[in-house]
Parts: sequence; C-alpha cells; structure tokens
Amino acid sequence: MQLTSSSIGRKILMAITGQSMVLFAVIHLLGNSSIFGWLNGGINAYAEHLHSLPLPFIIGFRLVMLAMVCVHIWFGIQLTIENRGGRPQQYAVKATQKTTFASENMIWTGALLGLFLVYHLLHFTFQTISPETAALKNLVPLHNEMVPNVLGMVVAGFKNFLVSFIYAGAMIALFLHLSHGIQSFFQTMGWSCDKTQPILVKFGTLVALVLFLGYVTIPLTIFAGILKG
Amino acid sequence: MSDHKTMTLTLIVWRQKNASDPGKFETYTAKNITEHHSFLEMLDCVNEDLIHAGKEPIVFDHDCREGICGMCSQVINGAPHGGQDRTTVCQLHMRKFKDGDTIYIEPWRARAFPIIKDLIVDRAALDTIIQAGGYTSCHTGGVPDGNAILIPKPIAEEATDAAECIGCGACVAGCPNGAAMLFTGAKVSQLALLPQGRAEAVARVKNMTNAMIECGFGNCSNHYECMAACPKGVNVKFIARMNREFIKAQFA
Repeated sequence: MQLTSSSIGRKILMAITGQSMVLFAVIHLLGNSSIFGWLNGGINAYAEHLHSLPLPFIIGFRLVMLAMVCVHIWFGIQLTIENRGGRPQQYAVKATQKTTFASENMIWTGALLGLFLVYHLLHFTFQTISPETAALKNLVPLHNEMVPNVLGMVVAGFKNFLVSFIYAGAMIALFLHLSHGIQSFFQTMGWSCDKTQPILVKFGTLVALVLFLGYVTIPLTIFAGILKG
Repeated sequence: MSDHKTMTLTLIVWRQKNASDPGKFETYTAKNITEHHSFLEMLDCVNEDLIHAGKEPIVFDHDCREGICGMCSQVINGAPHGGQDRTTVCQLHMRKFKDGDTIYIEPWRARAFPIIKDLIVDRAALDTIIQAGGYTSCHTGGVPDGNAILIPKPIAEEATDAAECIGCGACVAGCPNGAAMLFTGAKVSQLALLPQGRAEAVARVKNMTNAMIECGFGNCSNHYECMAACPKGVNVKFIARMNREFIKAQFA
C-alpha cells in the first residue's frame, strides 16, 4: 500500500481523517444542541449519557479520534511543506482564478483549529481552565441522581466575552477549513465528475455554514443572555 | 488590416540568461501594435526593435501558432496563456488589451520546470511522466479491423476529452503547488477508459504518479486552478478518475 508515501495516498489519508472529523463535528453539534432543551434534562442528561457508555468504548473512541487528528496534522504539515517547494518562485502578478482564501490558507485555519482543540479540551473535557465552575466538581440533581453540571460550566464559560470570542473565532476558522475540505474529500476519493463537482463545492460550503451557525449560536445566545443556566 | 488604430504597450518581461542566472524583469515598449496582432506577433515586433537596436531579443517557445502544439508557454499578468478561456498564448490577440496597458510576461514557474532562458522552461519532466506509463504496449502485426474492439460512443467521447491535453504545462504553471495532476490524470483517464489501455491500468497509475513526485512536482490540494488555466478545457473530473484508478490499483 502506497498510502503513506505516494502523492495520492497521502491525499486520501488527509481526506479520510478530515472527513471523519467532519462527521464527529456533525454528531458533536447534534449532541451539544441538547443545551437548547430538546432532550429531557438538557445537556446534563446528554453528558451523563455519554459518560455512562462502556469505558473501553470511550477510551477506544478517544484514541481513534486522537489518531485521526495526529495523522491529519502530520501529513497536512508534510504536504504543505512539499507543495510550497513545488513553486519556489512566485509570480510577480497574482491572478488566481479558482483558488479561494479558504483553499490557500488550509494550513493556517488548520493550525488555529488545532490550538482551539487543545483549549477546548482543557476547558470542557479536562476542565482545568476555570476549575471553580468545573462540571465534575459541581454536581446537580437529575432524575433522582447527582450528575456533573455541564450546563452551569458552559454558561459560566460563555458569559465571559473573551471565551465566547475565542469560540466564535475558532468557528470562523472551522467554516473556512471545511468550506474547502468537505468538497475536497469527494474529489480526492474520486467520488465526483464534471456534473457533481460544482454541486459538491456548494454542498461543502453549505455544510460548513450550517456547522458554523450551529456551533456559534451556543456562545452567542449565552453571552447575549438569551440562554440561561 | 483595415483598422490602423495602433496601441503602445509597456511590457515587463522576465529576462534570465540561463538556469543559474537569478534573472530579473526588464521593461520594454511595444509600439504600433494593432488589435489584430496575436500576442506572439506583438512579441515578434518588440524583438525586431530589440535586434535593430543591437540588443538580445526576448526568447520564448512557440511552434504551430494555431493553438494545437502546446509549445507556447507564457504567464501573462499572472495567468498562464493570458487567462482567456480555452486559449493558448499564440491564439490570444491584442484586442484583449488596451492602448497604454502594462503587461507582465513571465515563464511557467514550477520546481519541475527549470528555466532554460527568458521565457523558455524545460518541460522534459512531462515526458518523464509519459515514459513511466502513458502508453499501451502493443504487439506489432497485422492491423486489426477498425470495428474489432467495440467502444461505446460516450466512453470514446470521454477518452477523447481527456486526450485533448496538448502537454503545454499550463496546469502546472497555474497550480499554486506546481502539481502535474491534471496532466497525469488526463493521460491515466484516457487510457484507462479504453479497452486497449485497461490491460496496463494498474501499473500505469502507480508508475505515472510516482514519476510525478520523482520529477519534483507538488501534490494536488484541489484548488482547481489547473482547469482554469488549461487551454483545452481538460476537466478536473479526470483527476478524480485518476484518484479512483489509484485506489482500485491498491486492491489489484
């Protein structure tokens, strides 16, 4: 298998790991949207449901996601360095016709998302950014048992302007990254032709936009005081 | 030429003595240019003036001057072949420009295309890719009947669309990564679509994509700049088809 050495092989690795993370982002948003109350018990019930999954499954899932992130970052950097070398001298006049801001800056939007991911995990998973509101330390009653107060932690976090700003900014990077990345997946896997390719470009941007709006609504509604703890 | 209205243009042209010379831009004035001049004829006029003035003319590649040979290769104002849809430099006409315009003329820029002189680059890397598998191994012998191998019309058309590539290298010049995926994808697709080429499809896609990287081309990151630059309108669907062929080849 020429997966890790060839040009197209590495492109396929980028596509599959990237698309897996997109799928994760979709499911993550669906789960997080329980904060708006469609699930009995809200996001606390959702979080409790996730935590009650078998431990080997949780650990396995996290390891797989970690592997996806690592492979995507490793080959992302490697390919970017190679590609920068592909044209050592730039043209005096830049007149690209198809290249977009998003497609040109994948490495930078990706780097921002990588930094955000670390911050996000420290904030809500390991809960070390603001320990006083950590959900694991503040238990609240739910259906006759005590569960971590995820809602309280999220609301307390997003009431802070800087925190909301970081999250909103990261979601702009996510939108840009995915507006190129999603359609790119289909092209790389060879699942497109001349008729579907322009549609896939629009579809990718639409999915990226939906994810952006979905995610950004949470900090915005909390910061604006619409969604209360 | 009934229209005697002429244009005067400022040309900013890349001049480079040889591969090791760092090269630099020189400014020239193109005088008495009509809208009927092709871009290369305009350069011919400038070169005549340069020769009369005892200076070295601007060196550029050209051959058929009718848009089919793939020799002409200039990046004009940042766009390979000048950016007019499905047009080679030789078929670009001065009616696309206005009197007083400033035009930047540069060679194809890619690591795999070293500059030989001025606007001429060495495109032998494309030949190396073709040598790696862009052919069918045929046994010689009697010529078979034309209808001995039946090929459905839509497939023949698709293969011909891929075969439209004239090998000029504009896709590489346009690609921000200096990748040769459209060139390679077109040849892999053309041959993979046809029964004569199918037999060697697995080895071909592996060998040609390996040659691509060995020649120093970059990797594709789906900007689709190649398709915009291609004077023959070769579609990026052939890159998708090559990707498909590559995946299939891993399981063959």
